[in-house]
Amino acid sequence: MTTETSSSQFNPLKYWLVTWSFFRRYPVFPAVILVVLVIAAIIGPTVAPYERDIGDVRARHNLPGTVDIKFPTKPKGGIDLTDTDISAGSTFMTTYELPTDNQIFDIDKDGSYNNNISWNEDSPNTPDILFSNITQEGAVLNFEIIANEDIFEGQNDNIILDVQVIRTDTKLLDIWPDGYHFLGNDHVGRDVFSRLLHGAQISMMVVGISLVAGMTIGVALGLIAGYTATRYEPNIGFNVTYKGKKRRIAILSPWLVDEFITRFVDIWYALPFLMVALVVTLIFGRGLTVLMGVLALIAWSGFVRVIRAQTLIIRELDFVASAKINGATSFRIMYKHILPGVLNTAVVVATLNTSGLILAESVLSFVGAGIQPPTPAWGVMTNEGRDYLAIAPHQVMVPGGAIFLVVLALNFLGDWLRDRLDPRLRQVD
Amino acid sequence: MLRFLAGRLFSSFLSIIGATLAVFTLTNFHNDPRLLFVPDSGNGITQEQWDKLGERLGMNKPFHERYIDWIGRTLRGDLGISLARQMAVTDIVLAKIPATLELALGGWIFAILLGIPTGVVAAVFRGSFWDYLARGAALVGQAAPPFVTGLVLIYIFNQWIQPGGEPLLPAGGRKPEFDVKDYVLPCIALGWGAAAALMRLTRSSMLEILDSEYIRLARAKGVNFTTVIFKHALRNALIAPVTSALLIFSGWLNGALVVEIIFSWPGIGYDALYRAVNDNDFPLLLGTVFVFILIYLIFATIADIAYTIIDPRVRLN
Repeated sequence: MTTETSSSQFNPLKYWLVTWSFFRRYPVFPAVILVVLVIAAIIGPTVAPYERDIGDVRARHNLPGTVDIKFPTKPKGGIDLTDTDISAGSTFMTTYELPTDNQIFDIDKDGSYNNNISWNEDSPNTPDILFSNITQEGAVLNFEIIANEDIFEGQNDNIILDVQVIRTDTKLLDIWPDGYHFLGNDHVGRDVFSRLLHGAQISMMVVGISLVAGMTIGVALGLIAGYTATRYEPNIGFNVTYKGKKRRIAILSPWLVDEFITRFVDIWYALPFLMVALVVTLIFGRGLTVLMGVLALIAWSGFVRVIRAQTLIIRELDFVASAKINGATSFRIMYKHILPGVLNTAVVVATLNTSGLILAESVLSFVGAGIQPPTPAWGVMTNEGRDYLAIAPHQVMVPGGAIFLVVLALNFLGDWLRDRLDPRLRQVD
Repeated sequence: MLRFLAGRLFSSFLSIIGATLAVFTLTNFHNDPRLLFVPDSGNGITQEQWDKLGERLGMNKPFHERYIDWIGRTLRGDLGISLARQMAVTDIVLAKIPATLELALGGWIFAILLGIPTGVVAAVFRGSFWDYLARGAALVGQAAPPFVTGLVLIYIFNQWIQPGGEPLLPAGGRKPEFDVKDYVLPCIALGWGAAAALMRLTRSSMLEILDSEYIRLARAKGVNFTTVIFKHALRNALIAPVTSALLIFSGWLNGALVVEIIFSWPGIGYDALYRAVNDNDFPLLLGTVFVFILIYLIFATIADIAYTIIDPRVRLN
């Protein structure tokens, strides 16, 4: 009786419970984080509000959420045209010395600035003037001016053209608020949020490619090792008669192949990966390709043992035997009959390994063996912010937190996938 | 048992050969190793210097002879001379090893003291608030890379908490005289992830044991709850965490490098390896990698053997 009435009525508690059980059952938050990450990796660089490598020194170490109030900055004074004659169409040369208290002089030190000067068009005294060329020599700006109308001495009493310095980390996205830095600026004044978006793409690309490469190698070797893991397979060799007994001397036995692969994986496991990575980067140079190679070297060994164990089970099944009886080659059996059976496991192992690879990539970039600055990998960004922890903690916390969130989400998702697809891999509750 | 030991030692031996051979081959396969530390592809260096350098590195001999030479010298304890510092590599590495071992030991103790008790508590009070807290902390610990943990710790305990204007704990470095404060942050940064792993492992193996028949029998017979936990369950549940802790110690040379860099720790990772990479100091790099792998393999072998002694069931393979 009571159950009928309560089910027909709206019961908010029940809906909350349903929602809660849904959240407990499916990894919703990890999935959201990863979807955001993938979207950021795909469209991030196009929607990044500011330039990747160009910053404004005046905005350096701005905290997250800062609206840059220094935009735009006017140096004191301007170009005085009061006592000059300019005729229409001709070129007029003049110079302007920048005031020393303006930080624009940092532009040459960092190399991340362009000289971007424009006339202040709001000034009431501005005559119709175009500038054709601006060059800089130290603190002095050289202007080449073309006037569209004649300007005679004494005609306009105070023509002083304001020189306006426009910040050069140009906003790329129109809908973005002026001078707004969502996640603050770093030590060169670059927008951290934009760099984070660019970094997402680079990290995902590096990790994705190396994971696919490592997975291909690892699964192939695991299949071969598992398929050849026996002493009874035919081998290449010759028969001899020794003391009246026939014996077979095997030169190349498939069993040896398995032995070699598993032994090699054992040795590989024993190597500290950071050592391998450092040696490889020292020898082949630091770069994106080398980094991907190094990560693939780390990734492949995780697949071999698991895939081998799976293959050992599948190859004893009847459909493999019937394929063999029908004359299928070993390659065909591995590729067509066993591979589809181990792919599930491979996907689970790949998901579980991805977080490790992201960590490895960021550690390598942090140490300086991975992606090189100014390319904004998250590890690089964290490393760059290390020296400014006291004044700009966000420079470490933002990229570090991003790595942390993504790895956390991947761990959750990996555990969930493992329980769904391949519970036998489960080791730790 | 003897056979198992022999097999284990043999595969460790193979690993060392494989690792050093890999490093050796890589350096020779790609380029003249001299180019690695001579700036500007050898421009600005006289032929005489170039030849002298080659002679010092044994470049006039074939590859395998060089490798065997290197092995022979290594067995006599001579790892060559560092190019950047003009010191014997053995001396540099030996001088730096204590700091690294101290760091690793400190982190290890922290991980064990934090990880195993929380794992036991989480398993015994399964589903409680403390269980969820411990599991959440473990997830955080496993997802945070050591450099992020280290930097966050520095920010909190060095920049943020400053009683009386003085930082609570130093941000790095190790004074010549012993000071516990120097060790706190690096050891926590290093041990945090391992504590998380140990906690999860202890919890799962403890849960498995607590579900077993003999625990239920003991409880049914009326044995005290505390006695059951500490005498019956814990002794069996600790097998996996203890062996895993040994393996963690050996695997730490990876994490220690990052922690040493962050905390400017004068250990083998920061002062020998990291500098060797930055200076393109080939003999120092090779020597350090060799020592790293040696330490790693010694501990891995010890862990394997300890595993079979503690838990004879795994001796089958």
